[in-house]
Amino acid sequence: MATTALPSAPPKKVNRIGLDISAYKGSKSTLCAGCGHNAITERIIEAFYELGVEPHRVAKLSGIGCSSKSPAYFLGSAYGLNAVHGRMAAVATGTMLANRTLLAIGVSGDGDTVSIGAGGFVHLMRRNLPLVYIIEDNGVYGLTKGQFSATADLGSKLKTGVVNDLPPIDTCALAIMLGATYVARSFSGDKRQLLALLQGAIAHRGTSMLDVISPCVTFNDHEGSTKSYSYVKDHDEPLSDVSFIPFFQDISVDYPAGTATEITLHDGSRMILKKLGTDYDPTNKSDALRILTEAHDKNEIVTGLFYVNTERENFLDLLNVVDEPLATLPESRVRPPKQVLDEIMEELR
Amino acid sequence: MATTRVAPQEAEILPPPPTVVNDLSIQVATVNGSGSQTANTVLLRSIFQMGIPVSGKNLFPSNIAGLPTWFTIRASKYGYIGRKKEIDFLVAMNPETAEEDVRELRPGAAVVYDERLNLNRLRTDLTFYPVPFDQLVAPVCPDAKLRKLVRNMIYDGVLAKLLGIEMEEIQKALDKQFRKKAKAAALNWNAAKAGYEFAEKNLRKSDRFALQRMDATRGKIIIDGNAAAALGAMFAGVTVVTWYPITPSSTLCETLIEYLKRYRIDPETKKATFAVVQAEDELAAIGMVLGAGWAGARSMTATSGPGISLMAEFTGFGYYAEIPAVIFDVQRVGPSTGLPTRTAQGDILSIAYLSHGDTQHPMLFPCSVEECFTMAIEAFDLAEELQTPVFVMSDLDLGMNNWMSDPFPYPPKPISRGKVLSREDIERLGHFERYRDVDGDGVGYRTLPGTDHAAAGYFTRGSGHNEKAQYSERPDDYVNNMQRLARKFATARNRVPAPVIQEAEGAEIGLIAYGSSHWAVVEALDQLRDEYDIAASYLRVRGFPFNDDVRNFIRRHRRIYVVDQNRDGQMAQLLRVDVDAEEVPKLHSVLHFSGLPIDARSVTDSIVSQEGVK
Repeated sequence: MATTALPSAPPKKVNRIGLDISAYKGSKSTLCAGCGHNAITERIIEAFYELGVEPHRVAKLSGIGCSSKSPAYFLGSAYGLNAVHGRMAAVATGTMLANRTLLAIGVSGDGDTVSIGAGGFVHLMRRNLPLVYIIEDNGVYGLTKGQFSATADLGSKLKTGVVNDLPPIDTCALAIMLGATYVARSFSGDKRQLLALLQGAIAHRGTSMLDVISPCVTFNDHEGSTKSYSYVKDHDEPLSDVSFIPFFQDISVDYPAGTATEITLHDGSRMILKKLGTDYDPTNKSDALRILTEAHDKNEIVTGLFYVNTERENFLDLLNVVDEPLATLPESRVRPPKQVLDEIMEELR
Repeated sequence: MATTRVAPQEAEILPPPPTVVNDLSIQVATVNGSGSQTANTVLLRSIFQMGIPVSGKNLFPSNIAGLPTWFTIRASKYGYIGRKKEIDFLVAMNPETAEEDVRELRPGAAVVYDERLNLNRLRTDLTFYPVPFDQLVAPVCPDAKLRKLVRNMIYDGVLAKLLGIEMEEIQKALDKQFRKKAKAAALNWNAAKAGYEFAEKNLRKSDRFALQRMDATRGKIIIDGNAAAALGAMFAGVTVVTWYPITPSSTLCETLIEYLKRYRIDPETKKATFAVVQAEDELAAIGMVLGAGWAGARSMTATSGPGISLMAEFTGFGYYAEIPAVIFDVQRVGPSTGLPTRTAQGDILSIAYLSHGDTQHPMLFPCSVEECFTMAIEAFDLAEELQTPVFVMSDLDLGMNNWMSDPFPYPPKPISRGKVLSREDIERLGHFERYRDVDGDGVGYRTLPGTDHAAAGYFTRGSGHNEKAQYSERPDDYVNNMQRLARKFATARNRVPAPVIQEAEGAEIGLIAYGSSHWAVVEALDQLRDEYDIAASYLRVRGFPFNDDVRNFIRRHRRIYVVDQNRDGQMAQLLRVDVDAEEVPKLHSVLHFSGLPIDARSVTDSIVSQEGVK
């Protein structure tokens, strides 16, 4: 009967702005089952959900490749721009110039970033544009069926037996050298670390560059590959135990003096880096570069937050752009009045 | 017989030839980097200030210092401001080219030259005016280091005396040139005076040319096309400018930066209502423009042919993803090292279909500095109304040379942002489909990133999407979308600036031209009429795609001459694609592609020859 009370569904869990996690999901992934990129997508969804970011404020940018398809798989109601190969950096820059109130997240791959997009990548890092830049790094070209990319390690082997005979480009070392202000490496299989690093990247107002090793289950997950699940698990050396405390949570963390580094990000969120052996200062560029160089020498994959700088001015502040989006300034603010034209004409007489 | 040729020194015994007033061309031949620009600009301005219609063209090499460079000034009481092929007055300052420059002159021309060059030995049918430049410059410029720069002002003084340019106007032009640098102005003024006084004492006027004050430049301005386009962009309300330096477009963005800094800083916050980025290459420049256009900014870049090539992929993306963008192409001669500082209309065909897949792009063709200004404004409106990249096709001649013009009109219409839906619009409508042809004109409605409505956001891709911007590789979705884009391009036919038609009654032939060729063509029409009794109609194309006026003009005439500043008749080719098959044989080409700006005589000669007139 109509009067019979139905058992009510348990209330949906919502985040601080009242949205449940479905608001942060996108369309169904068309990538291979088990692809590292899908795990990264999951973490991106969690990160935005937990931080309570309004989806309409997010601009998702990408180039071309398996990685670049993934923005369709998270934040379905956000704006997305899937551009051309290697040009995520350029469209992301234009987007943020047009509307500095957006939160831009760019997803790229290793080929998209350091081969065809190398020019754009290095100049983006110099500018410190507010942007979360994620490289889903698997060392191969997936969509064209398994050619080496420029992050493939020396000696790594393709399924066909071809051995890579050129040294890899370390995207983190490059980013640190060139001026990015939040630089980290993670592994798609390390849920906890990746989530914390992503949240920190979103909270940081500058270029956050995250290189996430993301094994390609179809073309680069075999014996002899240095980007396979098993190889990365065996060689992953986390620098520190990373946790993220958002600005809206008043949590105090106790740790014995000298055992952890605490970093306060632009919005007041905090990163707590508990030491795991390696002694380094994440605000020191030389330390970061030393760690990366030594890891290469030892054939280790070091993960964690290498470098963070909350002091450097971001690109939009450097350009002294007005606070409102340039995109929607009214005519009265972008078309000078007639007397200005008259004045200029007089000068040209 | 010895008496058949009269040496110019003895010319006074013959009756003086009729004086040619306010109709001459002066060519100054110097060495790049020798500071001749000031002297040439002052000369140009002085003539302008005397009320005589004038134009100036800098014909310069791709070089910072050392290679030959020429500056041509044309004064014309008829108001012709295209390049004049024939040189009447040569100022020979460059030893390397002097002899060739002199040999190319027509009989009766005059030569002012550095006396050490002994040019008077070369010809007997010219008037020679030797000037001891080094001797004259030393006393007026004690600092030896500056002499190279000041030396050129001496020929301004000499020409003033020989041609009748008023010295007060030279002084006025110098003051304008140097504004607050009184010392530099004085130094240059003294040099000009030294030249004038030398000519007064030592040179006997024996050529036919003279300049006299008239009243045909009152109220007019002098500006180059790049600066005019920059002004247009500022008054169009541009907000994002990304660019990569390339000759001859660099000064467009550089001038724009100066104007934006002066007039687009928010008075309260002192912050910029614009963002300018010098990108790492043209790939990035156009990518930033499209990212910004997608996010709702009025964004632009300026480049030239090589940059256009690099922008090809992204331009196609902009076409498919339907993102507004304005691209100024200041055209020049072809690729790589060679003639990057020479003019051409070389990118017409490649831009019409730039990129892969089925792509077509609107082009606007300014012919004057005023149109560089007005079409810049129109281009921004058009790009947002059509949601597609729009190209403004200038060239080196228009962009980098100084042109006389009426002052520019203030934009007559408010800014048009095209079809953009706000949060309130979507609430009212209850739905939003990015690529649906609601109005039947092929143009959908868009929302801007940041719009606070759950249905506002959409995912933008190149070729594979349906009406709702969802990923699709379905054949019917692709076909429908491509047909809608074709409808949109048809809409553009009557949205781009309409052609300007000048009909000659009963004319069998019609000329079609565009861009900077206009000035040579209007003069050629007069030559054809006055010298050959040929009446011709004229249609100036101002936009692509063409509208019915262009097709009807071709139908109305028996023979059509399409004037192109390129080898392959690129505009003629576009017209052949557009007109009915039976009209195609009517189309003939007048081509000019030497790297120099087109001139009327070349147009006239080509038409006369093709018409079979003896």
